[in-house]
Amino acid sequence: MYAIIKEPIDVGKVISSVLDPNCGGICTFMGTIRELTQGKKTLYLEYEAYEEMAEKMLQQIGNEVLEQFDCSHVSIVHRIGRLDIGEVAVVIAVSAPHRQAAFEGCRYAIEKLKEIVPIWKKEFGDDGSYWV
Amino acid sequence: MKILFFAQLGEQLGKSLEFPSSSTITVSQLREKLSEQYPLHQEQIQACMVAINQSYATNNTRIKPDDTVALIPPVSGG
Repeated sequence: MYAIIKEPIDVGKVISSVLDPNCGGICTFMGTIRELTQGKKTLYLEYEAYEEMAEKMLQQIGNEVLEQFDCSHVSIVHRIGRLDIGEVAVVIAVSAPHRQAAFEGCRYAIEKLKEIVPIWKKEFGDDGSYWV
Repeated sequence: MKILFFAQLGEQLGKSLEFPSSSTITVSQLREKLSEQYPLHQEQIQACMVAINQSYATNNTRIKPDDTVALIPPVSGG
C-alpha cells in the first residue's frame, strides 16, 4: 500500500496490509506532529505534495527496501492537508521473516522518504507561518 | 512545456505556468530562463531539484516541449 491521503490514516489497516504467515516481525514507524521544536511552539502544520509523483516515489522506496533487505512487504501512507498537534502524518510498516531486516527496512524507508518524496510542510506558530 | 511550482514558490509564482518552448532545452537552461523571468526567486529556483514527467532529472537532462517539469524545493515530509 503506497498512498498520499487527505483523511486520518488508519494505522491498523496499514499494519494489516503487511501481515504474512511467513513473517515473524513487523516494524512500524509513525511520524506525528510535535508541538515544541527548539523551544518554539507549533500550532498546526499544513502538508502539501506533488501527489502523483509522491506516490511513485513511495512505491520506489518500497521496491528498494525489498531489493536491499530481507523484507517481504512494505506499506507507506502519508497524510497531507492540515494536521494538528499529535496527529499522525506518516505510517510505515515493514514485515520480514526476521526482526533485524524489518528494523533496517523501516529505518531506510523513513530516511529515504525525508530525502526524495515531494512533500512539504508549512508550520503555523505563534509568530506566523513559514515553509520548513 | 508545463512548469509546476510547489510550497513557497507555488504561493509566490502560482501553481503552474505554460512556458513557451519550441525546441528541447536542458534543465540548466530552464533554470537560467526562469531565473531571468523571476529574478527575485533566483536563489530558490537554483536550490530546487527538477523532475521531468515525475522523475528526477539532472542539470544535463533535456526537456522536450511537451514535457511537464516540476521544480521541487527541498522536501520536508515525514
